[in-house]
Order: sequence, then C-alpha cells, then structure tokens
Amino acid sequence: MNYSIDGHSFSAEPRAGQCLRTFLRDRGVFGVKKGCDQGDCGACTVWVDGSPIHSCLMPAFRAAGREVTTIQGLAKGNELHPTQQAFLDAQAFQCGYCSAGMIMTIASLDEEQLADLPRNLKGNLCRCTGYGAIHDAINGVVNVSEDVAGGACGASLPNPFGPGIVTGHARYTMDLEVADLTYLKVLRSSHPHARIVSIDRTAAMAVPGVLEVFTWEDVPRRLYSTATHEDHLVDPDDTYILDDVVRFVGQKVAAVLAETEAAAEAGCRALVVEYEQLPAVFDPELAMAPEAPVLHRKGGEAHGNVFAEIGGEVGSVAKGFAEADAIHERTYSTSRVQHVHLETHGTIAWRGADGRIHVRTSSQAPFIAHEKLVYLFGLRPSELHVFTERVGGGFGGKQEMLTEDLCVLALLKTGRPVKWEFTREEQFIGASTRHQMTTHVKLGAKFDGTLTAIQIRVVSNTGAYGGHASETLAASLASPMSAYRCVNKRANGYVVYTNMVPGGGFRGYGASQSTFAIECAMDDLAKLLKIDPFALRRRNMVTADDWIEAVWSEASDVDFGSYGLDQCMDLVENALATGERRPKPEGENWLEGTGIALAMLESGPPTEHRSGAVMELLPDGRFHLAVGSTEMGNGSVTSHRQLAASVLGSRAEDIDIINADTDKAPFDTGTFASTGTVVAGQAVTLTATALRQNILSYVARITQSKIEDWKMEGGAVVSGDQRISLAELRATGTAAGHRFQAKRKAYLSPRTVAFNVHGIRLAVHRVTGDIEILQSVHAADIGRLINPMQCRGQINGSIIMGLGWALTEHMDYDDTGHMKNAALRNYRIPSFADAPRNEIMFADTYDTIGPLGAKAQGECAINPIAPAISNALFNATGVRFATLPFTPDRIFDRLQGVS
Amino acid sequence: MDINTIRHIERPPSAADVTHWREGLAWLSGGTWLFSEPQPALDTLIDLRAFDWPALAVSADGLDIAATARIADLDKLVFPKEWTAGPLLSLCCRALLMSFKIAHEASVGGNICMSLPAGAMISLSTALEGTYTLWPRDAEPRTVAAIDFVTGNRANVLAPGELLRSIHLPASALTKRFAFRRSSLTHLGRSAALLIGTSGPDGDLLLTITASTFHPVQLRFGPSPSAVDVRRAIDAAIPQDGYFDDVNGLPAYRRHLTYHFAEEIRAELAGSGAVA
Repeated sequence: MNYSIDGHSFSAEPRAGQCLRTFLRDRGVFGVKKGCDQGDCGACTVWVDGSPIHSCLMPAFRAAGREVTTIQGLAKGNELHPTQQAFLDAQAFQCGYCSAGMIMTIASLDEEQLADLPRNLKGNLCRCTGYGAIHDAINGVVNVSEDVAGGACGASLPNPFGPGIVTGHARYTMDLEVADLTYLKVLRSSHPHARIVSIDRTAAMAVPGVLEVFTWEDVPRRLYSTATHEDHLVDPDDTYILDDVVRFVGQKVAAVLAETEAAAEAGCRALVVEYEQLPAVFDPELAMAPEAPVLHRKGGEAHGNVFAEIGGEVGSVAKGFAEADAIHERTYSTSRVQHVHLETHGTIAWRGADGRIHVRTSSQAPFIAHEKLVYLFGLRPSELHVFTERVGGGFGGKQEMLTEDLCVLALLKTGRPVKWEFTREEQFIGASTRHQMTTHVKLGAKFDGTLTAIQIRVVSNTGAYGGHASETLAASLASPMSAYRCVNKRANGYVVYTNMVPGGGFRGYGASQSTFAIECAMDDLAKLLKIDPFALRRRNMVTADDWIEAVWSEASDVDFGSYGLDQCMDLVENALATGERRPKPEGENWLEGTGIALAMLESGPPTEHRSGAVMELLPDGRFHLAVGSTEMGNGSVTSHRQLAASVLGSRAEDIDIINADTDKAPFDTGTFASTGTVVAGQAVTLTATALRQNILSYVARITQSKIEDWKMEGGAVVSGDQRISLAELRATGTAAGHRFQAKRKAYLSPRTVAFNVHGIRLAVHRVTGDIEILQSVHAADIGRLINPMQCRGQINGSIIMGLGWALTEHMDYDDTGHMKNAALRNYRIPSFADAPRNEIMFADTYDTIGPLGAKAQGECAINPIAPAISNALFNATGVRFATLPFTPDRIFDRLQGVS
Repeated sequence: MDINTIRHIERPPSAADVTHWREGLAWLSGGTWLFSEPQPALDTLIDLRAFDWPALAVSADGLDIAATARIADLDKLVFPKEWTAGPLLSLCCRALLMSFKIAHEASVGGNICMSLPAGAMISLSTALEGTYTLWPRDAEPRTVAAIDFVTGNRANVLAPGELLRSIHLPASALTKRFAFRRSSLTHLGRSAALLIGTSGPDGDLLLTITASTFHPVQLRFGPSPSAVDVRRAIDAAIPQDGYFDDVNGLPAYRRHLTYHFAEEIRAELAGSGAVA
C-alpha cells in the first residue's frame, strides 16, 4: 500500500488489525501520542485528507492512498502554523503531552466551529492546564514576556521545550526507537483476594514470539513498597514484584515477554492460573472488624487491617465542647479518583555499550527508583542509570515505581532491551488513586463564632497496599487542623487495608480530603450560628501572630515565612461581589448560590526531602545547570533556569539545563510534595549563588579589587566602567587553573506555609440536578511569583482538577471490586466544556524561607475547590451534600421541592 | 488501538460474497468502536466500505441512510424545508459523547448496531418511525421497525452475520413537529436520558424514550394527551427495574428525568399546537 505522511511517500503493509497511530509511530513519527488508545482523549489526532481524526481508531489500511498530516508536518519548513505559534505565545501547555492532538484539532476548526469551542474541543483532554491557556491561545493572547538579563525572576518566561512541544519533536518516555526491542505485558487478577495455586505457562510459552513468562516464583522474594520517599521507612514493605497472593482486582499475576506486543498479549491470554479464592473486604470500617479477613501478615497483623493509627490532642476537646454555645457534627466523605496524567506509566530498559543498565522511565522520582531497583535486584549502584526525558504529567501518580521493576527483571533475564507501557485501563485498575477518606467533624463554638473545640476522625482506605498510607493520613491531620486557631483540638486517624486498588500520592495528599470536611463543616457551623461564612473564618483563621499547631504540642519546623491569608480572603470576597460572572440560566428551576473555602498547606513534606544542583560556567559565557528534580509539566525546568539566571544576572536562555538523571545530576528525592521550588529550587539558588561567589571572588582576586565592587550583568562581570565578558574571564581563569563550578545541596527545613482561598458562584437546577459554574475566583498566597504565567497555569489546572473531583469523576465498582468504568469515556475528567474560566489573584507576599521569596504552589490550590462547590450548593439550596462527587444523579433526589 | 488478534481484512465486492459466516468475523464500518477495545474473539474484519453504498438519499418518500453513512455527513445534510422534524438529524448527531472528529469516521449503522442505550442514531430513527433493512447471510432481506431492533443494552435482533444495510426515515414522520430533550451528567457527555416527541397535524403525540431505558420505548397518544395520560403510560410501559444503570446515570435519576422530560415535551408540543 502507498502512504503519504507529512509529505513523505512510501510503500508499506500495515498489520491487519493495526491502527494508524501505531503505524505512524512505528515509522518514527513520535509526535503522534497515545493518551488512551480508545478515541477518548484526542492526543493522537492527525489529519487524513485534511480532516481531523483520532488515529488510534482508524484502521491503518484506510489511510493508504490518502494524505496524512501529523503535528510534525504542520509547519511549513521553519515557519510554524499559526496555531503552533499561538500555543507558544500563550504557552498553552504544561507537560505538553496533549498539545500535538490539541493543536491538530484547533488548527482544523473553521469559523463556525471556533464559535462553539465546548463542543469542538470536548474530544481533546488536557489534565494540566485547566484549558485556560489553551483558550488564550485560541484567542490570540500572548502570555509570555521577554527574557531580559537580570530580570528573569518574576517574568513570564516560556518553557524552553516549547518549540519541541508544539512541533511534536519533544521526546516523551516512549518516544524512542530501540533496536531488538522486546515487549512486556502482564496478566492481571480478576479476583479481589486469592491465593495463586498454580500458573501453567506451557500454552503461553508455545505462542510464537513469546520469550519468557515471569511469575511470583521468578522474582526476588524481597518485600518493598512501590511508593517513593526519601525515608523508605514511612511506607510499609508489603509488596512483591509478583506475589502468590493477589489482593485487588487488577493486581499483577504474571508477566509475559515477547518479540511483539501482540505476542505478549496472546501469551497473557494463554496463561492458565488456578486460584484459591479468599474472603474479600472493601469497606475500611468493615475491614477494621475483628472477623474481617486480614490482608497482610508481615509483622503488623496484630492490628488486623489497620496499617496505621495516628492521633493527637492539644488542650481538651471535652472541655471545649462543654464551653460551646453551639456544636456542629457531621460526616463528610471524599471519593477515590485517578490522576489521569495523559502519558501512562511506562519504562524502556536496555544494557548499554558501557555494560550498564539504563532505565528510561516516566517517573517523578528517578533517584528513589534507582535505589529501589538496586535493592530489589542486588545491583551495584554504579551499574544502573535511571532517567527521564519529558514526562507527560504526574500529579503524584508517578511517585511510584510501577513499571521499572519488571523491565529490569526481564532485561537481566534475556539481556535484550524491553519496553512496558501501561494501557489506559491499567491506569485505572493497576496504578494508584487518591485515598478515599471519610471524616467525621465536630466543631464547638461560642455564639460570636469563636471556636472552642475542633475534633476530627479520619478513616482512610488505602486499598491492598500501604504506600503513602500513613503519610497521607498524617497530612490529613496536619495543615487543615492548623488553619484555625483553637486551644482545644483533637484528631484521630486510621488507615486501613482493603481489597481495593491501592491509594497513592495525589496532588493535595490527604490534606485535600480533610480540608473538604473541615471547610464544609465551617460552612455548616456558620449557618447554625447565622454568621457570614467569611466572618466566621476571619474570626478563627490562623494569623501571622499565632503558633502553628495541628494536634501535637511538640515544636515543629513549620513557620510563617510569610502570611497572606487575610489578603486572599479579601481578594475573593471582593471578586465574588464585583467580578465578572455568567448570568444564571433562564428559568425558575435554577437556584443560585455562592460558597467559599480556605486551605493552608505546608510547603513540603514533614519527612526528609533533599535535592542538589551543579553549575558550571561554559566557555561561551553561558551556564550549565544540572539538577536532580523531575519536570512533568510542573514547570520546574523553566523556574529553575529563572532562579539561576536571576542570581547570575543573566537571561534564562543562557542557562542550559539537565535534570532527573542519576548519571548527570546530583541526587534529588523526587518532584512531589510541592518541593520543586522550595527544595530543588533552593538547591538551584544556593548553587547559582555559590557560582556567583566563585566568579566574583576570582575577578576580584585577579583585578586586585574588592568583591563588593563587582556584579554580574548580562554575560559579563562589571565594576564601574570595567566590563569583562564571562567567556573571556572563563578562558583566562581556566588557563590559570581556576575552576568555575559549584555544587550545593538543599534540605527542607524549616517549611513555610501557603494559603489558598476559592470562591464559587453556581446555579443548580432543582429538577435535573445540573450544575453550572457561573463564577470561579481564586486567591493564592504563594509568595513571590517566579513565573506568574506558570503559577496561573498550575492554579488553573488545580482548580479544574478539583472541579473534576467534585463534579464529574467517579470510579464506579461492583460488589466484587471490579471497576465498571475503567476508560476515559466513562470516567469523565473535565473537558473544555466542563471547565469555567477562573479569575486568579495573588496575595502580595515575599517569603523569607523559600528561595527568592517563593513558596510551594503545585498542590495547594486544589484543596479549597471541592468544599467551595459544596458550600455554594448549600447556599443555593439549603441542602448539604457531604459525599463526593456531586453528579446530578447523586444529588437530584434531595433537591426536589427545594425553593 | 491495535487489534492484535486480527489476521485478515477482507474487502469483498459485495455483501453477497460473504456466504460462510463463522465466529471470529465482524463487519467493519467506521471502526470507531471496534478499534477502541481489545477484541480477543475476532480474527477477521470485513470492510463494509468496500461496498461503496451511497450514503444519503433524499426523496419524496423521505430519507434513506446507508448503514455506512458517516455521522458527520448526516449532521451536515441539507434537508427539504418541509421536513419540520429535520433539525432532529443534527440534534441527534450532536447528542453523542463522541468528538466531531470521531463522527468523521463513525457510521450511523455502527451506532445503531452497538445498541447502547445512549445510541442517538437509535433515538433518531426510532422517533422518526424509521425502518431498517437487514441483510441476513442466507435468507432474503428483511425489514424491521426501528423500535423493534434494539432489545437491550448492547443487544439487538441481528442474527450472526446479519447486516444492517440501511435506514429509511419516512417523509410522514419528517414533516411532523417535534420536541427534543436530553441530559447528561457532564457537559455534552453521554446521555442519561434522551426523549423525543413528535406530533402530526391532528395534535397526536408520539413519545420516544431512549438512553434512560435498556431499549427504546415508544408511546402513542391521541390528540392532546394530558400530563396524567403521559405519566400513566410511562408507568405502564416501563417497570421499576426497566431503567438503565451505569456510571452515566443512576436508574432512579433516569426514571426521574424520563417523567420530567416527557411532561416538558407534552407541554411544548401541546403549546405550539395551540398556536398553530
């Protein structure tokens, strides 16, 4: 068959059942992405004879004899298509994984289609941006500012990989041609709890192309946790690479390695597994009962399924409730959700010409993955190299080691390169989720609103394995309990094993869950006391003069590096009163309401977290920066260059950067827990400062002047009218034996705090339960904005992700633990049609702890969203919806008759 | 996605050339569902597009739609102005979760043969009193009323290998007045309920209930039915457990919407009838 792809003509025979997407990628057209492989996300959009289609759904043979245009063929030579340029100008991407499909779709729209963006963009999902910057691109908005030497910090500088992203040439984890590649697939359990009696691999091994079958008998019998933290002790060693007991539907049973993906899949289907079914338990309260089946017997079985129990009290809540004029008490519940980073988990591993093992992976923590692999396989650390290139989104989902282990196992067995890429279904049934938590809140207050006691009881369902279980539980009891001043506070939390898909790290990390409960409860209390919700919060919210305390009286390393909660409250109150809003839909059945919620989040985790950076002055007077942290759409590559440039008086463009590579960068715990700025960014700032000191002290020495006389300015050192270019200085110095290099490490202590306040105005239809967001306003106190555009982007994305949690996303299970909607067509993350425009404002603060005045901001904005929506519903209807999500079918019955 | 179990694509000159049906075969139309999930039971796809059936034919009798017609083509059809119910074509084409890009390839017949409760091509053809021409493998073509085709969630009257050839929408239905209601849990998402009412010159009401039920339910009323008439007819036609249950809408909600929309449709058609 004859094909024409991006103007290149050739003959080829696709496989009979091959889709166009893999046909293109097999030919190196890696710009065509796989987000779902099911036609739901649009990342694979290409044009066939000028008409946009989802290439994952088109049989490859149907493209024969037609003109196929991909993102890689959209530009005319070096001249970008206007949509590509608009995406660059607006920086309409974060991880950039959806951009290829998004651009190919938008570039195809005619005037009439552009007038109806919700309809015409609903087939392109983006999880990072919240669609705000994409809308900007369509409207021709330029969000980027100029890169001026010395002015990098605080400027909206573009992502250095932007041109690669908009042309399809940026390389994500799977975008690599590897010779002699083998493919790994796994068989997953269809039982929620069972012992594997036997696995007959005969038929599987007989499938042509199958090379190996791995079962629990073939893996190192070493317990570990898939969760990644600096402190390995915070997660339980409760997992084997492959186990003889399966504890949730979707757990890996066996792996098949083959010459093709097709053979690996056929091999999995041919495995004959005999199970002995065991009793299963899905509900954490039932799992705590004495008669419940115990999931793990690895040392903690004396506590049954309760993996961790955390509690604390300051003052006396009994006394506080006795003093109260009013008491509010209710149970609030948050749902399990999936991260839905558009790039699924995946790893490619090979043995290099250097004899070492190279692991290219989609991870937020390549250095910890390195340590875990070394431990599991008894490797020497120097034998192993783990790295990322571009990572297509994370949100905490890639704070796990899920695919690296089996790839290394297979490589060690066969010596051949191996690739394993999750399907979208596997993301739902075999990866991690946000911990489902149920929180009982009891608040006591005086008539004037002064809180006399706050008490919460949190029960968290960690599913079959305990990664992140105790840390998310601790987080749920920490910042959200610190947000209000009260002398009597108590919290008790339990995290429980059940036969559900495991919980994991997820943006907001436990604090989101209890913030939902506490912020809804504060609203309920305001109603009970007939006090305005803003006023009740202002009376009780923590101030800069307060001691930061959750429920433990011992000193902590959390401190106010800055304080802007009061500003945030004012900004949101004012915006709700005066800002732009959509009108309420017509008809008497639409009820309107407003709601607010606040959130406080520590900038970084209480556990150890560290990072490091190395910088060097290059011969051309530019700089090289190596930092261990990962970029997965969080913008750290951009902001780290800005921090360094700011210190060195240069342009961000003058900083070359390499990151997330165990060979090329110093150790970094990982990019999670809001550490990209406050830890890795701190390392970059310290390193740049040290290099600056190195350079200035050298020039002072050779000119026999004082270091204070010199400053760095636009690629030169300057003192009065003396100006020496950095290139010249480096040449001179290097010849004299001077080394223009610096390395620094950063740790996370003390930790500052960030604040977020969100306001929602919505309309709800009292018959159908439909909800329309009329206004969405957000104020963030995140210190100095290193890159205002990126900060807005992250907050936009957080808001829309929070909106999905509240309104559209629902992991639906049958009573045997099978997920019923493990596909994006039925698990609905917000599309463009669901996403309101958000008004985002910032408190004017400069942090004294974070680097160059900045605080963490990747996670905190999600926390007030869901409670603000519940509070707005409450305000509109008088009905409290206390269980997420608020889909129309789950709220309508309580709206009937509401006026 | 790749359907790795497929070994052959067959492109026979006509459907009559496919005489021996067996398990493992499937007709391939747009492919937008087939290629969206693994199909471990299939090894061969037979390409319907090879038959090159004319997509859409407008005549005095009404509209004939080849099963292979693309949904995007139906959406764009310029129909005779006397077809007062003509806007339903586009309304139903746009009542699907699918992107317009999928509609470029997905076929009308494919949507019908999938027989999902939310299949809006089923809603359309049922509400417009359509008939389907079916081509069995080893018998003469037969005709079924659209309302009788779907029997349950992803179940229909097709025998193994039997082909949906075309859909006929009669001019008599296309020239009625209509009212349309749809709801979905997310914006422009999959329908939780999709109801269509049509009304002829005498002010009768033909109410078609889809998406909320496992299969379409059609209720005929004489001129100017009352709210109570409609409610009782729904009560009688749909048992309590007759409402579909999945993540796109709980059964109680679908039931609630069904009554709500049915009454809105009744009132709308009664109201505009009075004006006319």
